[in-house]
Amino acid sequence: MSWLFRFLLIFFFCVPVFANERPVIIGSKKFTESYVLGEIARRTLIDAGISAEHRQGMGGTIIVWQALRGGQIDLYPEYTGTIVQEILKRSDPMKVDFIVEELRKAGIGMTNPIGFNNTYALVMRRDRASELGIGTISDLQKHPELKFGLTHEFLDRQDGWQSMAVAYRLTSQNVSGIDHALGYDALRSRQIDVKDAYSTDAKIAQYDLVILNDDQKFFPRYDAVFLYRLGLNEKAITALRGLEGKIDEKRMIQLNAEAESTKDYGKAANLFFGVDAKSPSSYGETFSQKLSRWTARHLELAGFSLLLSIIVGIPLGIWASRGGALGQLILGFAGVVQTIPSLALLALLVPLPFFGISVRTAIAALFLYGLLPIVRNTATGLQDIPRALRESAVALGLSPRARLWQIYLPMASRSILAGIKTSAVINVGTATLAALIGAGGLGEPILSGLNLNDHATILQGAIPAAILALLVQYMFDLLDRVLIPKGLRL
Amino acid sequence: MSALVQLIGVSKSFGDAAAVHDIDFSIKRGETTVLIGPSGCGKSTLLRLIIGLLAPDVGQIQFDGSELRSDKVDLIRHRVGYVIQEGGLFPHLTACGNVLLMARHLSRDENEMHARLSELSALTRFPEGLLDRYPLELSGGQRQRVSLMRALMLGPELLLLDEPLGALDPLVRAALQKDLKEIFARLEQTTLLVTHDLAEAAYLGDKIVLMNEGRIVQQGSIGDLRERPASNFVSDFINAQRGLVLS
Repeated sequence: MSWLFRFLLIFFFCVPVFANERPVIIGSKKFTESYVLGEIARRTLIDAGISAEHRQGMGGTIIVWQALRGGQIDLYPEYTGTIVQEILKRSDPMKVDFIVEELRKAGIGMTNPIGFNNTYALVMRRDRASELGIGTISDLQKHPELKFGLTHEFLDRQDGWQSMAVAYRLTSQNVSGIDHALGYDALRSRQIDVKDAYSTDAKIAQYDLVILNDDQKFFPRYDAVFLYRLGLNEKAITALRGLEGKIDEKRMIQLNAEAESTKDYGKAANLFFGVDAKSPSSYGETFSQKLSRWTARHLELAGFSLLLSIIVGIPLGIWASRGGALGQLILGFAGVVQTIPSLALLALLVPLPFFGISVRTAIAALFLYGLLPIVRNTATGLQDIPRALRESAVALGLSPRARLWQIYLPMASRSILAGIKTSAVINVGTATLAALIGAGGLGEPILSGLNLNDHATILQGAIPAAILALLVQYMFDLLDRVLIPKGLRL
Repeated sequence: MSALVQLIGVSKSFGDAAAVHDIDFSIKRGETTVLIGPSGCGKSTLLRLIIGLLAPDVGQIQFDGSELRSDKVDLIRHRVGYVIQEGGLFPHLTACGNVLLMARHLSRDENEMHARLSELSALTRFPEGLLDRYPLELSGGQRQRVSLMRALMLGPELLLLDEPLGALDPLVRAALQKDLKEIFARLEQTTLLVTHDLAEAAYLGDKIVLMNEGRIVQQGSIGDLRERPASNFVSDFINAQRGLVLS
């Protein structure tokens, strides 16, 4: 079995070599602003003559941070408040110099602020605020009659409502918990007067709201910055630092609004660069270009993993067909892997040192998924060969190798191919989840569609994925006629 | 005449298949030896011991004077032809593919192979035009003829037939019996035939070995068994089958 192990090792070391020709890889988190900043960074680098790639919406803070530390990405947009609390795990505010020093220990550098602070904020309708003469949070003390509609997270957070009410001596009892998006609608329809927000929410401009000035500096600063690996080349760092101070809050709100109204992050980046930008927007692609890019990656993921499943699964199936403890072990292992939910399997592989956020992880997970049908069908196909025929092959004096290749495997070919077909269809479906760890494919539009709450975008990925699965099924039906010996199809 | 195969004190017992106990017998060159007995008497077990599909617990099996050992068994198998009840043809190979399988495996000369193929199809009366067919496209009798061709392809010193005609209807069976007798005679083929049909045994066999419950009860010509039965079982066995024929 050792050759198999060696093969796997070599394969997985090779995948990154041909999968990433190593442009600068930019990551982003799974929300609009992060996508937009990632896209702006990508085009900034390309304008500076550096090849760059944007892996969108890779997940939450910890996943993207780990990917940066592990070198799977080179940079991503982050917020100072998040760096202090979630990455450095400090509860007290920290000086910028100190943050930079702490990050350096992890081999990570930080740009100066991009120019806006996306912190928690309290917002009101503009007309209501001016009617009451409210401009700062302190002004709220004079109006205990105002109705607050706050998100549950803000109500629960340590640095949220409880301590803020103490700090500003707010006495309003008129506080209710409401979902973030619904809160905006409630604010517009005058059911509530004040709500918490992220200061760069696009809805703020859209609904003509005002941000109340945090005059006591209660909220920590969430200045947007880029984090990058210190190993990143000087030219790229310089280009990136060119973005420092370039986007203020008003601008960012505009860009977010553009992204949400057009359902297109690239258009938001266009808005930033202006019409005569040099670099092409990846979203300037026509739909068919995008579709072929997604599909090609999707097939790459499903194809490579299937190939691996076949190369590993058939020998395992042959071993399993011989029964005994080893056979039970192999079938048991493949069965257990199959019962792990696909999302969980991806999540389990991500923290492993060798995998992380990468195409490699996606292929490894899909490979494990594809294993069981092939192993089981190979074993069953071989075990179903009648004993008389097995004995005939032995009694003829064929060598064990010839028996396997000339007699047993051809006779089991129908069953083995059925297993491969099952794996292929499973892989094409499951490969949509690869987008969750930034590996691309047809899951990409599905994921951004979910993020933008846009059904059309979801269907751009879902329909091709379904069609692809049907095509794969059909192709294998054709393949049956080529690969299953004629004598078995009579 | 010398013995090609010699079994000395062979015993084999195991779970589900019929066991055999303390078997001494030999297969003489050029003769057709028939193993006969009721179902489960161990005759198929004995045959599988001779081709090395099973190894004896006790005793020794000699082939051409040397002991049958597991490391040399494939070499012996190339000198033995083997036909089983349903033919044992591989369904994914054509008739021709089945017959030539071993010759190709041993990289024999392609022209000689095809010459031998024509020769065998004439000998076994299998139409050459059907050689491209797959086993599923052939009748039961045709399949057995192909199986016989496959067994004879390498010119085996010993031919083992395990109830080769058992699954065939009576007319086809009678025709094949006649052809077999002719083939054995023409090739002076050393043959071991397993059957439960006394008439077939009497027609084809030079020597008959009657088994019951894993032991050899009597061996000799059909005349010996009829006229000098060694036990009540022998006469019962012979009378039972004769009775069937008469009624």
